[in-house]
Amino acid sequence: MQYEAVIGLEVHVQIKTRSKMFTRVAAGYGQPENTLTDPTVLALPGALPVMNKAAVDAIIKAGLMLGCAIAPVCKWDRKNYFYPDSPKNYQISQYDQPICVGGAVEIELPGPARNVMGEHKSIPLTRIHLEEDVGKLNHGAGGSLIDYNRAGTPLMEIVSDPALQSADEAYAYLQSLRTSIVYAGISDCDMEKGQLRCDANVSIRPVGETKLGTKVELKNLNSIAFVRDGIAHEIARQLAVVKAGGVIVQETRDYDGLTGTSQSLRSKEMAHDYRYFPDPDLMPVKVDENWKARLASELPERPFDKQRRFMAAEADGGYALPYTLASVLVPDRELSDWFEAAAKLASPALAQPVGNWIVNDLQRELAGAGVALADVKITPAALADLVKLIAAGTLLQNSAKEVFAEIFATGESPAAIVARKGLAAAPTDTAELETWCREAIAANAKAVAEFKSGKESALNGLKGPVMKSAKGKANPKAVDETLRRLLA
Amino acid sequence: MPATPLHFQTVSELSASLAAGTLTSVALTEAIIDRTLAVEDRVQAFNSHDHEAALAQARDSDARRASGRALGPLDGIPIGLKDVIAVRGQPLTASSRILANFVSPYDSTVATRLRAAGMVFWGRLNLDEFAMGSSTENSATRITANPHDLTRIPGGSSGGSAAAVAAGQLPATLGSDTGGSIRQPAALCGVVGLKPTYGRVSRYGLVAYASSLDQIGPLGRTVEDVALLLQAIAGPDERDSTSFDTPVPDYRAALAAPRQRPWRIGIPKEYFGAGLDPEVAAAVQTAIAHYRSLGAEIREISLPHTDYALAAYYIIATAEASSNLARFDGVRYGHRSPDAENLLEVYFKSRAEGFGAEVKLRIILGTYVLSSGYYDAYYGRAQKVRTLIREDFVRAFGEVDVLLTPTAPTPAFKRGEKSADPLAMYLADIYTIGVNLAGLPAISVPCGFTAAGLPIGLQLIGRPFAEADLLAAAHAYDSAHDWTRRTPNC
Repeated sequence: MQYEAVIGLEVHVQIKTRSKMFTRVAAGYGQPENTLTDPTVLALPGALPVMNKAAVDAIIKAGLMLGCAIAPVCKWDRKNYFYPDSPKNYQISQYDQPICVGGAVEIELPGPARNVMGEHKSIPLTRIHLEEDVGKLNHGAGGSLIDYNRAGTPLMEIVSDPALQSADEAYAYLQSLRTSIVYAGISDCDMEKGQLRCDANVSIRPVGETKLGTKVELKNLNSIAFVRDGIAHEIARQLAVVKAGGVIVQETRDYDGLTGTSQSLRSKEMAHDYRYFPDPDLMPVKVDENWKARLASELPERPFDKQRRFMAAEADGGYALPYTLASVLVPDRELSDWFEAAAKLASPALAQPVGNWIVNDLQRELAGAGVALADVKITPAALADLVKLIAAGTLLQNSAKEVFAEIFATGESPAAIVARKGLAAAPTDTAELETWCREAIAANAKAVAEFKSGKESALNGLKGPVMKSAKGKANPKAVDETLRRLLA
Repeated sequence: MPATPLHFQTVSELSASLAAGTLTSVALTEAIIDRTLAVEDRVQAFNSHDHEAALAQARDSDARRASGRALGPLDGIPIGLKDVIAVRGQPLTASSRILANFVSPYDSTVATRLRAAGMVFWGRLNLDEFAMGSSTENSATRITANPHDLTRIPGGSSGGSAAAVAAGQLPATLGSDTGGSIRQPAALCGVVGLKPTYGRVSRYGLVAYASSLDQIGPLGRTVEDVALLLQAIAGPDERDSTSFDTPVPDYRAALAAPRQRPWRIGIPKEYFGAGLDPEVAAAVQTAIAHYRSLGAEIREISLPHTDYALAAYYIIATAEASSNLARFDGVRYGHRSPDAENLLEVYFKSRAEGFGAEVKLRIILGTYVLSSGYYDAYYGRAQKVRTLIREDFVRAFGEVDVLLTPTAPTPAFKRGEKSADPLAMYLADIYTIGVNLAGLPAISVPCGFTAAGLPIGLQLIGRPFAEADLLAAAHAYDSAHDWTRRTPNC
């Protein structure tokens, strides 16, 4: 019998706000233990929660970004359970009325080759709701210590439908989700800092079956690669169990990415009764159209929309970028914005060389210098000018590399560098150039014939010898023009 | 007639003497401390007090006044807080073993506001553990007596707050009221007690029993005094989302403001049925007659869902309590069992040792009504009943300005009399809990004594956030009587 996998992901994302979800004490990472606390975080007797509106703004933005319906009322519920990382022994969450309902995450699967775009799919979302993070337990020889710095950090839980079919799809889903959230400035999604965490519900069923199989929840998938590997491992484990005549037990399993193994944490019998009820300390919040409209106006373009636009023809308002460039630029909002600024200043027709300079040279220089794009001296205008100088034939490709390095180091304008260093292509002596061109035409009868029969690229076979005669210093534009004139 | 001793004077009288320079806060505070210590062996209203700290605040007050920087009418006047209201640096026990050694590191909003008004904090007042009870017998710390009859209970849960005022240990106190916990002890001890509208006073720093019902309010000797105190503590608070952002009027000015038309007073017939003590009924009827003599229009009205209030209350209050009290787990603060060997034992043993029987009973009940499969039948239904009860009141206030009822069905009962029967105890709040479910303001005003010398209170209920009207209606009766001058010999 053929089996298929069904996967649903529950992704927790910490929202980047200055203060915590229900109190004004700062949210942050890497501070000394228990310094980001106050009576509310520590659940002292009598302390009360007060909603952080910035966190609600952020989740509504996430919802709008992912096409969710935004509930007209945002209400809060208590999820009751005892655990020392939860100071109140209940978590303020949203139970039956999540603020975002529906929506979808567009994903891109790996293509057949690196330079070929893969299939796009839409993975439907069930809901996104807002809650508060818990503290952190540090288990040591002398006992367990609790750090409540993380407790109360705004956390959104993004729940997908059970609609993913493979570990690769789950991987693509997480990447796309992360890109969208980072784009909207909602979170940095740094998994090492726990800003994005993922649990996966995995089941298998015979192909053709519409009912879901028994699900196993995988926990502690603490990198995107581990999510993919953990799911692949779990699918294989379940297939092996079924093949051996066994049945899948509903349980929670802990996946260890380092050893590539998983073990059972708890079975269904130990499931909690969370006794959800509306939190009487918090008032429901009405989300009106004005509020939504304001947030919608602050949203960035969706990443895959941007990728399509970058790849679209110039006539359709795009930049005709190849997938290899678009797929590198787009996932980084800042880099793609930088590209677009430079491309506009250069001209859409020069977008591809602009993109090449960014993806190849700028990225390399950034990595080499260890600086962020926000801190570089080179401006989109400078790169546009550089690309224009090359296109005009004023600057040759070899010299351009030197100029680029100089702009990157000093921020000086390309024109000034070219002038100071005398890098402009030699002003061409027309008579001499014409002599070289005639020699090249005479020596390459085959290329001439091909060009005359309409093969445009045959002209390159003539340009090479001319450049050689000019020791590489001829203006390519003048060479092109002279050859065409002589062959006309 | 001899002058009233300082410890039985009203806040208004003391305020006038302080303003006139005939009294210092230190002298007043010393008199209050002396009186407290003189009767405390018998009354047992206080969980703790710190006379050095109180005198230091009194000295600060006198210094302010001497330099012309007095903070208002309450500057220099001692006040005691129920031991569920957080004051920085003071114990906060909720009269529970689980918080026996807890000292609050922060101020409640009401404490911040009373400090800003210059009041002198004197003592932490006893209550039923976590405000769960109607007699203050559920306290883990001590049994408070009714100053009018030391063999009887002072009511509860703010029994310490009411008894301290009655016994002359404080001119005014703050209590909290979830189902009658200010009004019922005020009635039983013969003092005035106000439960403000839900949201009128910040709950920040009030140890939560039932968050959707709890409200802090003042107790004092006159309606004017509680108006002064309400003035100091009322108003929106950015630390309490359920506090309501509506202007705070001048409550004392409203007491004497001329009325455009006579009061229309509603008498809910359901509050005068079986179970009402005849002496209480008679005293309340006499008060009604007084209002009639003032020109008030008296109308019988109906609150048809009254019978369901008690059941709805005990579902909603216990559900919220089961969650609110989860934080007392022995992990971060409070009692941790010395015998706990692992995490589950920390929870089980600390809570088993730390909570008293009534608290456990309510946590279990609340946990049950919220549990999967029972939520709709209990909590969901109780919320619907709550809506019906609120609508009863809305309809009534379409016809009348205030409602008048007895505060409690009986005068103070004997210590231990109802301890074995929780339901009988719960009935002590039968006339007060509807007000909490509806979120309304209500006040208990002394309206006489039984033949045996036990105080009786009448309750006036007002429209939401209409405390000014409610206080004026109460003042119309209170200013014409002097029941609180009949001080106990305790």
